[in-house]
Amino acid sequence: MSSLDEIPVVSGAGAPASRELPLNGALESVLHEVRHALARLVGTGETTKIDLKSMPFGPGDLDRLIAFLGKGEVQASIEALGPTRVQETATAGVWLVDYLNSEAQRLALHLEIAHVPEILRPQPQDLDDAIAVLDARLNRVGGDPPPTS
Amino acid sequence: MAARNATEKTLGESLRERGVSRRGFLKFCAATASMMALPPSMTSTIAAALEQARRPSVIWLSFQECTGCTESLTRSHAPTVEDLILDVISLDYHHTLQAAAGEAAELARVQAMKAHAGDYLVVVDGSLPGPDSNPGYSTVAGHSNYDMLMETVEHAAAVVAVGSCAAFGGLPHASPNPTGAVSVLDVVKHKPVVNVSGCPPIPMVITGVLAHYLIFGRLPELDAYHRPLAFFGQSIHDRCYRRPFYDKGLFAKSFDDEGARLGWCLYQLGCKGPSTYNACATMRWNDGTSWPVEAGHPCLGCAEPSFWDAGGFYQALSVPTSASGMTVLGAGAAGALVGGAVAALAKRRTKAEEARRQPVTVDELEQKL
Amino acid sequence: MSGSMEFLLWTKGPMFNVAIAIFAIGLLVRIAEIFVLGRERNYAEPRASEWLPGLRTVFTRTVADPGTFKRAPFNVVVGWVWHIGFLIALLLFVPHIKLIESLTGLSWPALPNPIISMVTAVTLVALIATLIHRMTHPVKRRISTIEDYLVWTVVFAVVLTGFLAFNRMINPYPLVLGMHILSAEIMLILLPFTKLTHIFTLFIARWYNGAAFGRKGVQS
Repeated sequence: MSSLDEIPVVSGAGAPASRELPLNGALESVLHEVRHALARLVGTGETTKIDLKSMPFGPGDLDRLIAFLGKGEVQASIEALGPTRVQETATAGVWLVDYLNSEAQRLALHLEIAHVPEILRPQPQDLDDAIAVLDARLNRVGGDPPPTS
Repeated sequence: MAARNATEKTLGESLRERGVSRRGFLKFCAATASMMALPPSMTSTIAAALEQARRPSVIWLSFQECTGCTESLTRSHAPTVEDLILDVISLDYHHTLQAAAGEAAELARVQAMKAHAGDYLVVVDGSLPGPDSNPGYSTVAGHSNYDMLMETVEHAAAVVAVGSCAAFGGLPHASPNPTGAVSVLDVVKHKPVVNVSGCPPIPMVITGVLAHYLIFGRLPELDAYHRPLAFFGQSIHDRCYRRPFYDKGLFAKSFDDEGARLGWCLYQLGCKGPSTYNACATMRWNDGTSWPVEAGHPCLGCAEPSFWDAGGFYQALSVPTSASGMTVLGAGAAGALVGGAVAALAKRRTKAEEARRQPVTVDELEQKL
Repeated sequence: MSGSMEFLLWTKGPMFNVAIAIFAIGLLVRIAEIFVLGRERNYAEPRASEWLPGLRTVFTRTVADPGTFKRAPFNVVVGWVWHIGFLIALLLFVPHIKLIESLTGLSWPALPNPIISMVTAVTLVALIATLIHRMTHPVKRRISTIEDYLVWTVVFAVVLTGFLAFNRMINPYPLVLGMHILSAEIMLILLPFTKLTHIFTLFIARWYNGAAFGRKGVQS
């Protein structure tokens, strides 16, 4: 087995992933799509999701794209049907949302251009249930039921 | 009945019963959209439809096949979205996967057919000996494949032919086709048939078609070969990341030359990408790790009809499938012989005429007048 | 089931065999006939050798003499353009070279695909120009026969379908590639029996011309 490990794995044409990457056509078109989506977010508030898994990337392209986008200030993790990792990129409003299953395999990888990624926001139906759930818990604790509005 | 039948529950209900939260559900829908090659903006539509979707009953028939298609589906690293989809469909009959055996297994099929008449899906992998060939080449529980397929399809909502064998006849159909193998579409004319070709098909494409039926309650849009356009709408060549090299005329000429190492186009090594329609270039294999061309091997064109008889795998697409230089030489030599013979005959006739020529003098002519 | 892929495989398989056989047999019949019949015997004493002038003429006649050019500049220029374009696309395009290699074992370097595509586009325009010229020029129109139009159509179909296939302008691709191969096969089949034979006989004709002149000691 060790002999297999001795063979180095080279991705791409040997170019190291860096922010000064030589952009190829596929990467450039994705970045232009992001640029237009940002303009829409600023102009009309419309959010956009880009499925990075369905792109005809070559070896190393995805890593180069992620390296180019860089890291922003916000990182979040959601535990629901396996972990989901949210990373703000160096460009405000551009989020990298990585949906993983419980064995840390990628289900989907989206670039989300939004104020806050959808998966971070509470779901409307959950908000509807939230007051009732809280009431029930308060009742169980034994306090007075809060005035209903 | 107090508890509703499992297949009567909506998908939203059964997922919540399994403790899947609404965020989890949203994530499931995002992954499903990705799997079905739909844009992420469709996620909310999918979520709304999935809430109401009912678990379809699926009967999986295996005929002249190698189980590679089932392997493709089940060996994708577990647990994935594919598994979730498989959990939410009710797989009522599958030789390889079901626990029941013998008569109990066949009974399960008949029961599923009765309970869901008109609603169930039939998945077929493998080709089958045609109605006119010897049924003994492939039987299940003493029934010929043809009889079993026709009986099962009778009350089905639709048929999904999984793999190139079921879709086009595949390897059993390859010349000289000893078993008289035919595809599902060759014999099933009265039910909608979806072909999910490939040898094997991409697992996500198999589940993507099932998911489409599950979510929208109808079959996806199909191409001329009954393949779902979402996955088979574009050729390998059109989505290939090595395409720029083709356009620039940079080709690998052997598997270990400079061009091969630099990842240039594999056309000259026999790549059938230009004429092959499949989603390998975007969906990839082994959980999105890679795909044949990325691994440095030309596309075999396995998702196309007669791919086994379409000439050498390592011969360029433009090379004819059977003619050789010897054929041309032979034909040329025959032509030269014929031409030479015709001309020689003509020459000989002229010579003979010349030999028989009897000169006539003016005096002789005048005498005759 | 019969679809575009079956059509492509038919053109690449059985139909190709038929076409290449008819082409090889037909062409060799014609050429063998020409050589075996030969020329009328010349009893006059030769003044010079036949060989060198014969060979030279095979090449020199490629360039039209000034008189011809002055009389019919369109024929010369446009004729040249599309013939060269056709030859470049035929002989220097990767898939064509692979095809020739599979039949003969011979191969040579190719031109990059975009150049071939451009050359093909120019060839198409030139071919259309020749047709318009043929149909509008009063003399040409009168001397043109059905065979002339047939030959033009076949050549144009080969180049056009090749252009469409390379640029993937018709879906599905196997259909347009099959159409290209089929039109090339029709051209191969017609070649020995129409004016297209000039591809081969022009060399013989020029040789005879040059040789006859050389024998008389005249410059050709």
